[in-house]
Amino acid sequence: MVSEIEPIHAAYDSKIEGNVIFTKLDSAINWMRKNSLWPMPMGLACCAIELMATGASRFDISRFGMEVMRFSPRQSDVMIVAGTVTYKMALAVKRIWDQMPEPKWCIAMGACASSGGMYRSYAVLQGIDQLIPVDVYISGCPPRPEALLEGLMRLQRKIETETSFVDQKKELLASLED
Amino acid sequence: MTHTEMVAALKSRFGAAVLGTVEFRGEQTVNVTLASIHEVMAFAKGELGFDYLVDISSLDHLGEEPRFEMVYELYGYGHGRHLRIKCKVSEDESVPTVSDLWLTADWHEREAYDMMGIDFAGHPDLRRILMWEGYPFFPLRKDFPLEGRPSDMPDVAFTGVAPLEGGPFVTSAGGADTVAREPRARRV
Repeated sequence: MVSEIEPIHAAYDSKIEGNVIFTKLDSAINWMRKNSLWPMPMGLACCAIELMATGASRFDISRFGMEVMRFSPRQSDVMIVAGTVTYKMALAVKRIWDQMPEPKWCIAMGACASSGGMYRSYAVLQGIDQLIPVDVYISGCPPRPEALLEGLMRLQRKIETETSFVDQKKELLASLED
Repeated sequence: MTHTEMVAALKSRFGAAVLGTVEFRGEQTVNVTLASIHEVMAFAKGELGFDYLVDISSLDHLGEEPRFEMVYELYGYGHGRHLRIKCKVSEDESVPTVSDLWLTADWHEREAYDMMGIDFAGHPDLRRILMWEGYPFFPLRKDFPLEGRPSDMPDVAFTGVAPLEGGPFVTSAGGADTVAREPRARRV
C-alpha cells in the first residue's frame, strides 16, 4: 500500500510548479496593459480608411490584441487620431480625450494629425499635439497599415518602460512624510 | 415657357427692380435689387416653377461699393431649366432670408454668414456652420489671409497662424498658365 506523502514545505507545491512566475508588479501591469490596447478610432479623414484596413482581415490588428475598437471613450486606452483635425472638430477631439480614463495614450496617425500636413489654412489645427499629448507620431499621407501597426508596436514598447506602481509608491511615501 | 420668356416675365413683373440680364452659352443670369430679392425668388418659385434651390454663394468685391454679391442658383424639376439670380449687398445691409421658400436655404445662408459675414434678416437660426461658435473672423473675405489670424477664447477654443514657409501650399491666381500658377514657380 502506497501512502500519500504530505508536502512538508508549504512554500513549495509540486502541483502548481511551473505556474508561478516571480516578477515586478510594474512589469506584470505593463504586460497586461500593452497586450490589450483598446483603441478609440478617431477617424477624421482618409487616414481612417487605412485604420479600417488595419482592422480588417488582411492586416489583422487582433494579432497584437488591439482589435477591440471602442466608440465609447470610457472604455478606450489609446486614441488613434486619424486624419485632418479642423478647429471645429478639435473641440470634440479634446472632449473625447478628456472623457477617456487613465491610463491613456495617443497616436497621431498621418501628416495632418501630426503637423497639419498640407492643410496650411485658417481652418485646420496644425498638429493635434497642440491640444493633447501625443505618444507616437506616424508619418505618411496616409500611412500604410503596416506603419500603423509599427506605431502601435512602438507604443507597446513605450508602455513596457512605464513605472506606474513605483511612482504611486513614491507618492504615497512622500505624502506620509508631510 | 422658354428660358427667354421666363426672363421676360421677370422683367415685366418687376420692371426697374431688374437691373440687367446676361445670357452666356444658354445660361440666364438676372441681376436684381436687394429690396426686391425676396419677391423675385417667391415669383421664380411660385410662377416660374423653380422648385429646387441648387446653391447659394456669395462674392466679395473688395474695394467696390456695394461690397458683397449674393448668387442664387435655381433649377426647376418640372421644366429642367436653370436660372441664376444675383443681387449686390453692401456691408451694413442684410439680405432677406429665402429659407421660408426653400428649406435648404437655411444651411446655405448659414455658410454665407460664417464665411463672408453677410447678415440674413428673418433667418430662423443664424449660427456659424463651419467654424466654431465664437470665432471672431470671416475667413472667405478677400482681406483675410489664408494662413489665418490668431484668436483665443479662454476655455472654448483658439486658432493659430498656419506656417506657409517651406512648402508649396498655395497656387497664385492670374498666372499665364498652370506652370506659372504653381506654388513652386514662386520659389527662388
